[in-house]
Amino acid sequence: MTRARLLLLSPTLAMIGFFLLLPVALMAVYSFLSPGTYGGVEWLLSFDAYIQFFFERDFLTDELVFHTSYLSIYFRSFVQALAATVICLLIGFPTAYFIATRPPATRSAWVLLVTVPYWVNLLIRTVSMLFVIRDEGPLNGALTAVGIVDAPLRIAYTDFAIALGLVYSYLPFMVLPIYAAIERFDFSLMEAACDLYAGRWTILRRIILPTVKPGVVAGCLLVFIPSLGAYIAPDLLGGGKNLMIGNLVALQFQGSRNWPFGAAAAVLLLSVVLVALTVLARRRALSSAGN
Amino acid sequence: MKNTVQSILVALVMSAAAVFSPPAGAAGELKLWNWFEYMPQQLLDKFSAEHDVKVTLDTYDSNETLLAKLKSGVRGYDVAVPGDYMVAILIQEGFLEKINANRLSNFRHVDPKWADVSFDPGRKYSVPYQWGSTAFSVDTSVYGGDIDTLAILFDPPPQLRGKINMLRDVNDVLNAGLRYLGHPRCNSNRAQLAELNDLLVGAKKHWLSFNSDGAKEVLVSGDAAVGMIWNGFGMKARAERASLKYAYPREGYTAWMDNLVVLKGAPNVENAKLFLNFMMAPENAAVLTNFAKYSAGVKGVEPYLDADLSAANELNPPAAAPAGEFVPACPPEVVKLYDRIWTNLLK
Amino acid sequence: MKKSKPLSAYPGFSQVTWLCMALLYAPILVVAVYSFNAIRSITTWGGFSLAWYAKAFANPHIQAATINSLVVAVTASAAATVIATAAALALARGRGFRGRGGVFVLINLPLMIPEIVTAVAMLIFFLAVGFQLGLLTVIIAHTVFCVPFAYLPIAARLSGIETFYEDAAQDLYADRWRSFRFVLLPMMMPGIFAGLMLAFIISLDDFIITNMVTGPGTTTLPLAIYGMVRVGFSPEINAISTIMLLVSVFFVSLSYLVGRRRT
Repeated sequence: MTRARLLLLSPTLAMIGFFLLLPVALMAVYSFLSPGTYGGVEWLLSFDAYIQFFFERDFLTDELVFHTSYLSIYFRSFVQALAATVICLLIGFPTAYFIATRPPATRSAWVLLVTVPYWVNLLIRTVSMLFVIRDEGPLNGALTAVGIVDAPLRIAYTDFAIALGLVYSYLPFMVLPIYAAIERFDFSLMEAACDLYAGRWTILRRIILPTVKPGVVAGCLLVFIPSLGAYIAPDLLGGGKNLMIGNLVALQFQGSRNWPFGAAAAVLLLSVVLVALTVLARRRALSSAGN
Repeated sequence: MKNTVQSILVALVMSAAAVFSPPAGAAGELKLWNWFEYMPQQLLDKFSAEHDVKVTLDTYDSNETLLAKLKSGVRGYDVAVPGDYMVAILIQEGFLEKINANRLSNFRHVDPKWADVSFDPGRKYSVPYQWGSTAFSVDTSVYGGDIDTLAILFDPPPQLRGKINMLRDVNDVLNAGLRYLGHPRCNSNRAQLAELNDLLVGAKKHWLSFNSDGAKEVLVSGDAAVGMIWNGFGMKARAERASLKYAYPREGYTAWMDNLVVLKGAPNVENAKLFLNFMMAPENAAVLTNFAKYSAGVKGVEPYLDADLSAANELNPPAAAPAGEFVPACPPEVVKLYDRIWTNLLK
Repeated sequence: MKKSKPLSAYPGFSQVTWLCMALLYAPILVVAVYSFNAIRSITTWGGFSLAWYAKAFANPHIQAATINSLVVAVTASAAATVIATAAALALARGRGFRGRGGVFVLINLPLMIPEIVTAVAMLIFFLAVGFQLGLLTVIIAHTVFCVPFAYLPIAARLSGIETFYEDAAQDLYADRWRSFRFVLLPMMMPGIFAGLMLAFIISLDDFIITNMVTGPGTTTLPLAIYGMVRVGFSPEINAISTIMLLVSVFFVSLSYLVGRRRT
């Protein structure tokens, strides 16, 4: 049995182990090497890639000076991802709640409606968002026609556009886990609370929210994690000026040619994500143990 | 159920097998690696038909991207189109096949001024593709003042602030900055480069985006009112938005020549040479110029050229404008400093 | 229960739901509508036309990219489905074993690592071991990240099949292979089919990883679309996008319907 199982698992182990785990390990090694002149690496041990995050060499004196510009890219990515998560929560929670309180027959239709956009090509969805919000795009066209604004609103190529793109990309990730949690909620508890003269919003805050919290946390992490490493939204909607971590990484392998630095940036991103995932996994374990 | 699944699986596998088998017909292959929007399909079709060769085309958006990909070990392309200084670097790095390009039969059409060039002495590796200039276009419906100055990019008037697209190209941006400051190009003077760094970082708040492949689109869509652009691309932009005007900054601007080269270890060297020769035929070079709107490097194209090219501002600098400057490949220590400024700017 | 209905309704929640739907669907619907616009404009409507579809179909780059995309998606999704089926059998049947958690993490690893990290790690790896970037590297990369998507519906299906079917078959002297081939496999088929469909779309849609590991002549459809978008917005892009939208919706619905089907 064990041999049969090993045989069944060997393709998985080979494929993912050899073509994903090993490459990620190699990438970590690369982050400790020196960059080649026009790209690639030289096999010389160096911590420059990590030092570069915090210090740069002064132009005139070549002294190491503390700087925050890379840290600010990480900070900006955090803020963007956080903003996207909050907006997704504000829209996603009421939506999930609304769907969960529909009659069972229409409920699955609503769920399918939320699911379908996730499976639609992310690139195409981002492109269509760009198409809609451009200065001379349909949104601005409608706004000026109605007379809400005189001149087109500058939306494309701003931080707001990036956040909008992230929300649009990952909104289904927020709705679905919250929906799953609310669907299991026992609404007779609500009646009981009401009999005790609790108001609607008190019930929401004191009874519903604590019960569905695991779903909310899962939704938030499922939006936050991919937003943090997003590449397409900042690239297309941010105009290539407002970098996020994903773009910083890609840039090192395309234009800027500093592979060790790109590898180091990727390693840091991966570490943050793995920590977040561990938190999620532990919470899951705790909540299932609680049940 | 089972039968449906099986028949779908069989259909999928069969279609994969059909696609995998080599296409019938074409005797040879040619893998072309060129800048985006720089190769008319018409010429590819003509070459395919004449030589029974299946041509595939992939694109890149800067000389540096081409070099970075080659350096990282990307192989399998036959022909690439590097700019002047990049030809010199690629020769030096050993990335080009020495094909004695000047002995190709159509080389006789090459304009004498391009027949022997500093970046490829004796034209052993490369033949001319197109040449032109890099400056910027301004939407005159947004700004009516004097545009022939680099201040438009680095110290823009209020109407243009926040509506400027820069090329995503380290040399084009840094060299423009150096000209604005009046410092020499390929400069390793630390104090002057620190000044350049400050200038760029200060001007960045006025810039909308860094975009090369979208350089035309941002202008045409109205998202940007100023955009660094190559002259031919600028002419294409003007065709779609008539209020655009290509500027000739008095502080100077870059002139360049793109060249066809055969990459070292190309799988189809003979087809590649056929293609280089094909592109030097005046009637073909003219089709390219009509499409890309830059100047051809061969003589005898005039009879085939579109009428609008001869009068175009983009291809005919006014008498008062300075001549474009060819910037040679900078020494490695300058490249490193440039990269530092560039990365600092993009972050 | 009926009494709690109005109580459970919060003011504003239905409006937010409609906002959510508008946000999710408006942009893609706008693109779909404008793909039928007779004129080039993206703001004014010039009448109904299929011209952009005709233009897109006639574009040789799009044709080549479509073929590349199909070759990659068919091969990678088939390979990933086989791998995932084997893994699901190993994990779902029999008691827990040492390292089960580790294997589970490994299968889902492609979902956990940010795409851009996977992309550069694979690029570094392929170049370091001397793989020439091209069709093979793209197919390998796609197979890897398709595995978890194929695995989910297959494992879900398998966990819903009681072991007594196989036990019964073996009681009737079917050997292990026959009981798998004629009993278990047919029952798993809807899950396998659903997994194949999901893997197929995921492969068809990928941009970030493909962009890093692609080589000469292996431009896929998303890469071609990206290139076109960067250079300039043409209604042709709307037309291709609309087709890709329909393809995705079709396969998801198929996967959803088949995966839910009871044996």
